[in-house]
Amino acid sequence: MKNNNKNCCKQKPIIKLPAGKKLCNTHFTEYFENKVFKTIRQFDLIGKEENLGIALSGGKDSLTLLHLLNKLSKQNKKIKLTAILIDEGIKGYRGKTTEIAKKFCKKNKVPLKIYSFEEEFGISLDDMLKTLDVKPCTICGIFRRYLLNKKSKELKFTKLATGHNLDDETQSILMNQFKNNIQASARLGPKSGVKDNKNFVQRIKPLYLCAEKEVATYAFVNNLLDNFTECPNILKSYRAQVRDMLNNFELKNEGTKHAIANSFLDILPKLKEKFKDGKINFCKKCGEPSAKEKCNKCKLIDKMKKSEKK
Amino acid sequence: MKLKVFYDRENKEKTIELDGNMSVKDLLEKMNINPITVIVSKNDNIILEDEKLNDKDDIKIISVISGG
Repeated sequence: MKNNNKNCCKQKPIIKLPAGKKLCNTHFTEYFENKVFKTIRQFDLIGKEENLGIALSGGKDSLTLLHLLNKLSKQNKKIKLTAILIDEGIKGYRGKTTEIAKKFCKKNKVPLKIYSFEEEFGISLDDMLKTLDVKPCTICGIFRRYLLNKKSKELKFTKLATGHNLDDETQSILMNQFKNNIQASARLGPKSGVKDNKNFVQRIKPLYLCAEKEVATYAFVNNLLDNFTECPNILKSYRAQVRDMLNNFELKNEGTKHAIANSFLDILPKLKEKFKDGKINFCKKCGEPSAKEKCNKCKLIDKMKKSEKK
Repeated sequence: MKLKVFYDRENKEKTIELDGNMSVKDLLEKMNINPITVIVSKNDNIILEDEKLNDKDDIKIISVISGG
């Protein structure tokens, strides 16, 4: 094969980077892994000794994350990994991804903890949606965040790693901007939450600077990509609208997502300073951290109970 | 030429009619798919947008967008 100056070598390229460079399988794998490990170092995401939780969904992002952190853990035995999966109870979706996650963890000898809405709250997300007139992703987010934080504390995780990538982050930045909710953006970034606060387990995003297509390409060449599964609820979401808009814009203006994330990282310290956590309140009902007297999760449960009585 | 293409997001094989000497880019345009949202494989190897296609190729279009 002809090696023009845009190709990394004589091997057939499998990806074209936004700067125009085309990489083969070997060089892309090296580039991608270096990028993730550099992100970990640059933002000080993982220390020399950790009891790391990994939020696993069975999708390409979290499987790629677990695959890479497992490499790190093999090099440093003081980094202990446990995968945690939340089964919301979404018919036709979560069952498939749970099986993929179980298979992956068994093969890679990573302990996997599974918690379900049904067992923890007595009701699945599908059934919640029959009662509550709230957008699915909003409810799901509230209950998932609550459960992930609660279980991460019980399992004594030092940090919780999530598979959020560049696309997820830039969508969130724009969504908060469009909804005039800058305070929520102060909680974004490669490392969210507050360190050394016993009420919250800090979350880290090692794939922060990796575009979705890069993650999928890495997952493909490393046999981490299973059959495509899509949550039926995402099609109704605000995020899906922003995602499609951003992808159309990126197609015409390459580098837009990186520009959004990089300019956001510049202002993030100021946002964190402006909205730094003051006094933390606790929900009177469940005892978990909450901005108000009763947390959103407990408010929604009460609402469901009331509508059941009617 | 007629090309058989499997699109995983729709979980079905489609037959797409293309002029000879068509590329992956032309195929995605014809199917109205944003190339940022997919990777395309030929005989289980990833190919780039400028790759030319022929009717004997086993083409898969793999969606990269987060499923949930």
